[in-house]
Amino acid sequence: MPSCDAIVIGGGVNGLACAARLAATGRRVVLFEGQGRLGGGAGETEPAPGYRAPALAHTTQGLDPRLLAGLGLDRHGLAFHPALATTALDPAGAHRTVRGGTASGPDAAAFAALHRKLSGFAQALAPFRALTPPRLAARGNDWGPLARAGLGLRRMGGAEFREFLRMILINIHDVVQDDLTDDRLRGLIAFDATLGSWLGPRSPNSLILYLNRLSMGSDPLLPKGGMAALAASLAAAARAAGAELRAGEAVARVLVEADRACGVVLADGRDWRAPLVVSAAGPRATFRDLVGPRHLDAGFFTRSGQIRARGAVATLTLALAGTPDFRGADLRSRLVIAPSSEAVERAFNPGKYGEVPEAPVMEIVLPSAHEPGHAPEGHHVLSALVQFAPHAPKAGTEAARAEMLKTTLAQLETHAPGLGSLIVAAEMLMPQDIAARFGMAGGNWHHGELAVEQMLFNRPLRDAARYATPLPGLWLAGAGSHPGGGINGAAGWNAAGQILAEAA
Amino acid sequence: MSYDAVVIGAGHNGLVAAGYLARAGLSVCVVEKNDWIGGAAVSREIYPGITYSNCSYVASLFRPEIMRDLELPRHGLQILPYEGGAVFTEDGGCLGMFRDHDANRREFARHSRRDAEAYDRYSRDVLRFCRFIRPLLLRTPPDPSRFRPRDLAEMLWLGRRLGELSERQLAETVRFWTMSIADFLDEYFEHPVIKGYLAVSAIIGTALGPMSPGSAYVLLHHYMGDVDGNIGAWGYARGGMGSITRALAASFRAAGGEIRTGHGVERILVQGGRAVGVALDNGDEIGAARVISNMDVKRTFLRHVDPDDLPGDFLRQVRNFKTRGSSGKLNIALASAPVFPALPPDAPNIRGDLHFTDSIERMERAYDDWKAGRFSADPFQDVMIPTLIDPTMAPSGQHYMSCFVQYAPPRIAGRDWTDADRDAFGETCLNQIERHSPGFRDRVLHVEVRTPRELEAEVGLTDGNIFQGELTFDQLLFNRPVPGYAQYQTPIRDLWMCGSSTHPGGGVMGAPGRNAAAEVLRAMKRPARMSEAYAVL
Repeated sequence: MPSCDAIVIGGGVNGLACAARLAATGRRVVLFEGQGRLGGGAGETEPAPGYRAPALAHTTQGLDPRLLAGLGLDRHGLAFHPALATTALDPAGAHRTVRGGTASGPDAAAFAALHRKLSGFAQALAPFRALTPPRLAARGNDWGPLARAGLGLRRMGGAEFREFLRMILINIHDVVQDDLTDDRLRGLIAFDATLGSWLGPRSPNSLILYLNRLSMGSDPLLPKGGMAALAASLAAAARAAGAELRAGEAVARVLVEADRACGVVLADGRDWRAPLVVSAAGPRATFRDLVGPRHLDAGFFTRSGQIRARGAVATLTLALAGTPDFRGADLRSRLVIAPSSEAVERAFNPGKYGEVPEAPVMEIVLPSAHEPGHAPEGHHVLSALVQFAPHAPKAGTEAARAEMLKTTLAQLETHAPGLGSLIVAAEMLMPQDIAARFGMAGGNWHHGELAVEQMLFNRPLRDAARYATPLPGLWLAGAGSHPGGGINGAAGWNAAGQILAEAA
Repeated sequence: MSYDAVVIGAGHNGLVAAGYLARAGLSVCVVEKNDWIGGAAVSREIYPGITYSNCSYVASLFRPEIMRDLELPRHGLQILPYEGGAVFTEDGGCLGMFRDHDANRREFARHSRRDAEAYDRYSRDVLRFCRFIRPLLLRTPPDPSRFRPRDLAEMLWLGRRLGELSERQLAETVRFWTMSIADFLDEYFEHPVIKGYLAVSAIIGTALGPMSPGSAYVLLHHYMGDVDGNIGAWGYARGGMGSITRALAASFRAAGGEIRTGHGVERILVQGGRAVGVALDNGDEIGAARVISNMDVKRTFLRHVDPDDLPGDFLRQVRNFKTRGSSGKLNIALASAPVFPALPPDAPNIRGDLHFTDSIERMERAYDDWKAGRFSADPFQDVMIPTLIDPTMAPSGQHYMSCFVQYAPPRIAGRDWTDADRDAFGETCLNQIERHSPGFRDRVLHVEVRTPRELEAEVGLTDGNIFQGELTFDQLLFNRPVPGYAQYQTPIRDLWMCGSSTHPGGGVMGAPGRNAAAEVLRAMKRPARMSEAYAVL
């Protein structure tokens, strides 16, 4: 019976980061990934022969710096194009361009001031991303790093700290209404705050998601070679560290003996043994499918089903036989259709009732505008993340997908007349499709909504918030743990650190 | 003549603050712009012979400690518990609510056995969250950005209180405070009508929907009251809500206080950075060693204080304080008691609160309308007929029906409400009642329709927000109304705030007024002689 020191379930960014960090200590680590390729949300798809497009994520706000340094990813082929500017599209062509805290248009000064204020908060919060969530008890915490991070918060001046306390749980709509006047800039920030969440701009607790995004990086990054190259560099680094990566081998369940996790059973029936089993597969899938009620206490099992994972992102991949024109916008920027904060809220409302928005909002990236190899000469691939798709469509997934495709293409045509006639192939994935294809619960790429009530010591559940689980030997290392996902790797890296500290 | 204190506004918090200060031996004058007192806790005879509680309509949150300290029962206040209520469903049925927990359970079981079982657990869990919060109501929040001894001491007290909770309870408490009531209810219940009923308290007076994070906290805010020791139970003030403020006024006058009605404050007088009195709209000036404003923070500083007397940043923050009204009211005089065919005849539930919104989805759609700048096409109504229990508010056989409505925006699509808007809003609400009570309109003698426009004009509530400011975390505790000025004080020495714009916020509670008085006395180094928060059951 094959065995090793540690098994990692799931070969996405967090699984690979965790496996690499564990393997680097000399442990024999084997990683199992059910899909035929590694990378999870960082991957590629072929919408039509000759076209290569991102499979899900098309950019990253930034990989965790500990990964970049610790795994030497640049030596394994990772490189980024210069950070992308963002164009907040206007249907009449009066676009706004944003890079970092600099925006075009008359609201530039207000935008810069807001960006400065929010970046200050984001920087104060950033150290918490690298920490294991605290225990809410006097004992059991590693007080050093916690205290340092806390002090960083408190080192803000009195007025800034008061403003921080006021804003920490506020809704992003009120922030942009108070501080900005330009609707396109307001819409852009409202869109960025709610991307990947199940919140609208008017929902309390939406600003903190924007701070989280800012703490990973100010502008989106496009890997050279596309997201597949990012995945490949992570895999190469993990192998270089000594990890064995097995794609195309799905884990069916966790093997439990004498109330301890002691390995896994693969889909093909084979067993693999290890005293450490680390799941990056998402907490709901881990507890409810891979472990099951028999080996978990009833209350914990019930609560694991209450982890909210409503996905609201639909992806659209287009193969285009020509160059679209978004009324002169720079195709090498990230293009955002979110004309106002109210428009983002209107796009959010229908999903609550299982319906499709009439005017979805979206961000668009054309990797083919940055480098060759994604499409034939003169052709393009367009990748869009569209919100908000219904997580529980009343009309069923098929009908909802057709409707969503229709409204999305209509939005694109409004902003880039003639784009429709360039389409060679189109594929839209609804949250249900994303769940099925990528194994992300509900189609939410954080494997569990990144929402304040499910953050820190409550992420994913209070008894499993420090990467350990109630089942000895079983650990969590995916986006469903602190600090969430987003092609970043912090969760996997933190989990490995906690495992090394405790299972020494 | 110069007073020790002048209080601006004879709403319930102003009268509470004034009452405590008078009992502490200060000479106090309360000034009120209307001819009548009470603010939003008023009983008014708009239609001859029938008394309306024409703004607030139920009592429960009023702190028993304040009732005891100011001897309100001795001055005529009596709160009558009511029986429960009902939700009328679209299909002609109903879900009844009862005061008795077991009767509730049996009724739930009629709709869902599973939910009847869950109800015990739900009640117990919510009660536990209530217990933790209640003592905080009668304490001035700390300022976490300062290291003054009083702030450190208060944070230490809070820390000890948090420490009384287990790790599990702490995590659950934080989770509850940040969740939506819809998500919270989904963890216990399955039946849409039961969830719809229980979500009601989370949306009253708010700019939130049941699916908004933070709405679970609002539910807690409304559950914290008690009647006869029953936490979360509600009651009618005998004689209408005005009897609360009448009792407060009587108690205040008995302690030597003075109330001047009919003229509002034009300007708060400031000299050398100190508040020295007020100038009324008829030119009279009243001098005082200190001024306490019961008006909301925007009205106080944007209308009645010279901007040159205030720091620029403070003014900006006051302007950004969110006071978006979301509520309307219908006060209806009836020739006879209405009949709801969905209720068995003689059912006691008609004496409680009646609703027609039978799901969270309908409630959320009503909220979507508000966000779009419209009043809800399918509004949520909280309907009560106090005269079924209280014989003093109408002649025998006639009735007063109070309908509290969500949602009504402060402005309709960016412009002011017109009379036509108000009438259309009234018709929408009456049509909804008629659907569940055929022949209802034939019984109607008179309808008074109140929108945020009327609430602002008559009661002085900016944008018609019934809480003098929204109840979201950015505007609660040490953030209420403005960070750095969350301890009833203002940038102007001897100018204080005592209304619901301050901690702990709105509802007819009296806590802001009491806490403000405590701070005033503390600054004067006088003993407060106030009851501490009663130990919770």
